[in-house]
Amino acid sequence: MKTVFKKLFTFVITVLLVTLFVFIAFELIPGDAATARLGINATPEALSVLREELGLTRPFFVRYFSWLFSFFFGDMGTSYSYGVSVRSMLASKLPITLTLTLMSFVMVVVLSIPIGVITSKYEDRPASKIIDVIGQLTMSIPPFFLGIIVTYVFGMILHLFVPGGFVSYNVNFGKFLGYLVFPSFAIALPKAAMSTKLLKTSILSERKLDYVRTAYSRGNSTTDVMYKHVLKNAIIPVITFLGMTLADIVAGSLVIEQVFSIPGYGRLLITSISNRDYAVVQAIIAIIAMLVIIINLIVDILYQVLDPRLRGN
Amino acid sequence: MMKKLGFRFRKNPELYIGAAITGIMALIMVAGVLFSPYDPDAMDASSRFADPSFAHILGCDNFGRDLFARLSLGGATTLFIAVCTVLIGVTFGTIIGALTGYYGGAVDEILMRFNDAVLAFPSILLALVFISVFGSGTWKVIISLGIVFVPSFARIVRSEFMRCKNLDYVRSARLMGAKDIRIMFVHILPNTVPVVLSSAVIGFNNAVLAEAGMSFLGIGVQPPASSLGRMLSDAQAFLFSEPSYAIITGASIAIIVLGFSLLGDGLKKNA
Repeated sequence: MKTVFKKLFTFVITVLLVTLFVFIAFELIPGDAATARLGINATPEALSVLREELGLTRPFFVRYFSWLFSFFFGDMGTSYSYGVSVRSMLASKLPITLTLTLMSFVMVVVLSIPIGVITSKYEDRPASKIIDVIGQLTMSIPPFFLGIIVTYVFGMILHLFVPGGFVSYNVNFGKFLGYLVFPSFAIALPKAAMSTKLLKTSILSERKLDYVRTAYSRGNSTTDVMYKHVLKNAIIPVITFLGMTLADIVAGSLVIEQVFSIPGYGRLLITSISNRDYAVVQAIIAIIAMLVIIINLIVDILYQVLDPRLRGN
Repeated sequence: MMKKLGFRFRKNPELYIGAAITGIMALIMVAGVLFSPYDPDAMDASSRFADPSFAHILGCDNFGRDLFARLSLGGATTLFIAVCTVLIGVTFGTIIGALTGYYGGAVDEILMRFNDAVLAFPSILLALVFISVFGSGTWKVIISLGIVFVPSFARIVRSEFMRCKNLDYVRSARLMGAKDIRIMFVHILPNTVPVVLSSAVIGFNNAVLAEAGMSFLGIGVQPPASSLGRMLSDAQAFLFSEPSYAIITGASIAIIVLGFSLLGDGLKKNA
């Protein structure tokens, strides 16, 4: 119980630090919201009136906490270039980015765990070596290039999907999922390769330990030892990795959305950076950072559940 | 002599293969930038998407520019940005890591908490924050990525300093009356080189990927300058009609990354 409180405390501190960091970063940009609204030719009097109205003259920490509170209650300001509330813009795009992320994550897990277990079992066979080499190669391909290869192979040679033919979830949900399979695959492949490699190394080193020999000497079958003993221990570092990967996937999807022209958070972020639409940029970055921190917290708690050795006393 | 080299190769093949790939790619790029008969920006409508030939070894792009000359220049830009980025990261990371690791205390606590918070950000996202603050362009990309790399190096150097500061050679240096600064930078620092070097190579790899990613998104290097990521994003538009343009450009990035990642693994094994 004490460790959970400690974790929650660190979590709150991290949230404060990260949001403070995002807030400071956008405070540093030359020109404030008042100049952005009135243009550079505005009179100093008009500027100071608007600054007073927008609350820009309040002390730094007051502004930070008021931003933080309104952010948590869903008020993220108004988009400068579209004139609509940031909240409504982000809400309509959330299902897209979320589906893409979850789909990729499921693919990573579904691909890497069976392949890791099987290749470690048949470690010396040529097929296993070939999978290793393929894995090493996939890890070196940058995600956006992998996206292009997937577009070319599945879209233009095999005609399994129409590149650029994204269908939104509120138009046709089946087609929406069907389109997202390919970008998710492009995101998942290198992560799956890393996770497979990690699981394999982890299983191989666990198998050398004494408890495995003991289990065999008690007459357990190979399958039994693998699933009831080795895998339980070997999976722990993989879970850390998967947690980090989920955070990476969130960031990776930003780039892949651009390759497959999916109108999610990534494209919105890039357009908003080019348009200098800081309210949107700040909101997206804060949301993604929050997601990452929450994922880390969940992984941390999951450890304690999975590995009794970490529970302290 | 050959036998000895063969033995070393078998013991750490990643190191040698990685060094070979990296060396060859770097040589090709330097040769391409210095000796190519073509101006990488010279357009020629008659050779639009020309196939590879003796005149243009990798063919031409959508404006009839020699692809090999452009790839060399783009690759050189990418590598230049990566080198500067890692230099910024290593320099500031080493200074911060050395001071915090050696002295410890409250400043160390605060800086490391801040470090953790920054490391919780995926690096591309952090780079995007800085890009939106500074704006885009070659030098701004270098500064943005450089700042992103500082925390991870600071953490590595810090843990090395914490490990070394109580070892016998440091104690004896202290007994002989050496000043803290001397102990840090003359005695401890050389001992951290193997660890820092292997992480620098891995960092280099990430820098290449991050730069290519940002330029691909159109918020990195700005025209007329070019980099591999920017070229790949141009090439994507012609994926259907001229797939070789995208494939050659993407493969160059992948080979550079593969070389550095093998080299990094090899150095880590040696460290």
